[in-house]
Amino acid sequence: MDRDRHSLSERVWRVATYAVPLGFLALFFAYPLLSILERGLTVAPFDVLTDPLTRDVVWFTFWQALASTALTFAIGLPAAYVLGRYEFPGRSVVRALVVVPFVLPTVVVALAFIAVLPTDLERGWVAILVGHAFFNVAVVVLIVGTFWAGLDRRVSEAAATLGAGPWRSFREVTLPLLAPALAAAASIVFLFSFTSFGIVLILGGPAYSTIEAEIYNQAVRIFDLRAAAVLSLVQLLCVGLAVWIALKLEAVLGAARGSQPERDVLRRPGTRREWGAVAGSLAALAAFLGIPLAVLVERSVSIGDGFSLAAYRALSDPTTALLATPWEAVWNSVTYAGAATAIAVVVGGLAAFAVAGSRGPRVLDLLLMLPLGASAVMLGFGFVIAFDSAPIDFRAAPWIVPVAQALVAIPFVVRIVAPTLKAIDERQREAAAVLGATPARVRREIDLPIAGRALAVAAGFAFAISLGEFGATVFLARPDAPTLPVAIFRFLSRPGELNAAQAYALAVVLMGLTAISVFVVGQVRVRRSGWL
Amino acid sequence: MLSVEKVTVVFPDVTALDDVSLEVARGEVVAVLGPSGSGKSTLLRVISGLQRPDAGSLVLDGEDITAAPAHRRGIGLVFQDHALFDHKDVAGNVAFGLRMRGDPPPDIETRVAELLDLVGLSGFERRSVRTLSGGEQQRVALARALAPEPRVLLLDEPLGSLDRRLRDRLMLDLGVLFAELQVTAIYVTHDHAEAFALGQRVAVMRSGRIVQHGTADELWARPADEDTARFLGLNVHDGEAVRPDAIEVRRARPGETGSAVVEGARRNGPTVQLSIRLDDGAVLQAVTASIDHPAAGERVWIEIDPAGIVRW
Repeated sequence: MDRDRHSLSERVWRVATYAVPLGFLALFFAYPLLSILERGLTVAPFDVLTDPLTRDVVWFTFWQALASTALTFAIGLPAAYVLGRYEFPGRSVVRALVVVPFVLPTVVVALAFIAVLPTDLERGWVAILVGHAFFNVAVVVLIVGTFWAGLDRRVSEAAATLGAGPWRSFREVTLPLLAPALAAAASIVFLFSFTSFGIVLILGGPAYSTIEAEIYNQAVRIFDLRAAAVLSLVQLLCVGLAVWIALKLEAVLGAARGSQPERDVLRRPGTRREWGAVAGSLAALAAFLGIPLAVLVERSVSIGDGFSLAAYRALSDPTTALLATPWEAVWNSVTYAGAATAIAVVVGGLAAFAVAGSRGPRVLDLLLMLPLGASAVMLGFGFVIAFDSAPIDFRAAPWIVPVAQALVAIPFVVRIVAPTLKAIDERQREAAAVLGATPARVRREIDLPIAGRALAVAAGFAFAISLGEFGATVFLARPDAPTLPVAIFRFLSRPGELNAAQAYALAVVLMGLTAISVFVVGQVRVRRSGWL
Repeated sequence: MLSVEKVTVVFPDVTALDDVSLEVARGEVVAVLGPSGSGKSTLLRVISGLQRPDAGSLVLDGEDITAAPAHRRGIGLVFQDHALFDHKDVAGNVAFGLRMRGDPPPDIETRVAELLDLVGLSGFERRSVRTLSGGEQQRVALARALAPEPRVLLLDEPLGSLDRRLRDRLMLDLGVLFAELQVTAIYVTHDHAEAFALGQRVAVMRSGRIVQHGTADELWARPADEDTARFLGLNVHDGEAVRPDAIEVRRARPGETGSAVVEGARRNGPTVQLSIRLDDGAVLQAVTASIDHPAAGERVWIEIDPAGIVRW
């Protein structure tokens, strides 16, 4: 009967949604990971593990991540409060702008803080913490602020009628309700700070190194591949644990999600004091986020004592820092990022369908979420040691960089698209079926139009992430085909005023490209859910 | 004709439908009346093909459709809370079933306009469904389900989310529409008024079973058991039921003792519902149409018409 043909095509679709992402991950995620395992564990790794250097690095990784999280909250919470409770002109603009630092390439942020910090603080733990806070403040403001705006105002009003003062009502009512959002934001900021690479590599100086940066040092600078492999395994364990905790907390967050429409919760500041609080906390945040970027731009046009566009003009000239002109690096970045976006959207989109429509074994869902635990440096390093001999010597293949960048972007694509698919009311699909739509038709008429916007947003993010991807790309980009972040890094490690100015100029170009892709994303309206 | 034959649906923790059989003749409207959780919605899901029965079969116009997928049954369903397609406008919603059927676009346009006219929403084609009021959404949902001319129309508490006045008006509109279109329909509700107003026959469901079916008068005159009587609003006491309209209440004159006391009087439109405590402690609900009714606290005599007593 006809029906059987449909159930067959349904089966094909269902298998494809799992097989394509899992096949991709098996080859480009699991296999490199196994290669690292093999490299790290063939000889007992105790010498590396007991090395005092390893101990120092692990200890620093933990405490800087904790301290970064605390600093990020200190800076982000006032703005989260303001966005969560007040309606004011420009509120949506503030929300949109706050995302920008989050998608900025790490190299750009590192450079911005080198530009803005006093010389004696330019390198070291202070710079690392401030850099992480700059990045992650968006996570706190958006997750906590959005959740706050969804809390029913009447609950704290009820507390007030029962005799609780503002502080008491905050402590006993608002704070417990807010706890899941705070916990989720904290775990994410911790995770990002824990695995941060570009910031630490550039701002850490010689004295401060995290596990992630040390993997790079051992592999590229000291060329001790075994030590790099062992450190990768340590990193994998730590990150796996952190991701597991983050996912648990997020499940709690999802269950506790406030359901009030924002317009019922937000109100305009009434008193002068409230206006002051709104303006003050937003101005502070704007200064913290805006000044480093402004100084970065200023530096790119400062040569000697005056202003000049010499650094920009020099971008089309060959340079000793690279085996290509800087403009070629720009072109490389854009094409690589475009290809990476295409891969990430196809693979991540299918994975999102698999996760969202899953009635199958949970194990598969978890497998699909695995790359979330991959650090970029580990991926890059894994590629180098896994694909090093025929017939899979892919190290020089032009597509290897986009594949690595796509791997970094895929978890984001899944996490943006899957919640939207899951949020589609099952009755919409049922209504379509009752009206005569085959399962494939239901996907085209219901799932795709609704998730299409999320896919567009995911594509924008994937593009921005790929543009700025540094940790994996730095291992894989061929010397004659650097990407923008790699080129900036090379300029930065060379002395000379023009080299520095060119690094700044390229950082400005990279920032501009990222801003454009994020702006395009901003034009697409989509239901906000998940991390972003 | 639709026959539901001995359908059973078992969920992990509950038997949602337990050996349910029901027949609906062509052009007939059957109301399924029952409290929430009685299995009414599951019954509609089985008939529409959204839920596989664990046992039993469905026969529509002589064809066994038990195994047919939802999109091939030609059975329309109006969902509780409508389930309109948010991402499509009013016309896009109504046209959906016609497009699935493969109608040519000009025909679709004509038919959409015709249906919107039928439900009183002419000119609403390009409106976003999110901007519609509850009553308008309900009408769009109805037009959407009717557009592909379903062989049977199923309605799952279609008026459940609307306020009382709107519900009363739409109830009348629906009755007119059903008669006009000669629709074969199953109308699920927990509201007696809706069931009695719209169903030519009423099936009463409880705990996954159909406990009784018949016309509204038949049910009212002779409910099948105590629970049904209680659900329909009869007084159940000591193994017998008394219809509220069979109780006559007369004020005790000064000096008379009376046999009961009025505990409460509540006006409900044209009638007044009296809550009466007999001197033996039993409480009865009675109905009077009089303006000059006894008030709470007054002593009364009561007299029960034997024809209004049901014994099992």
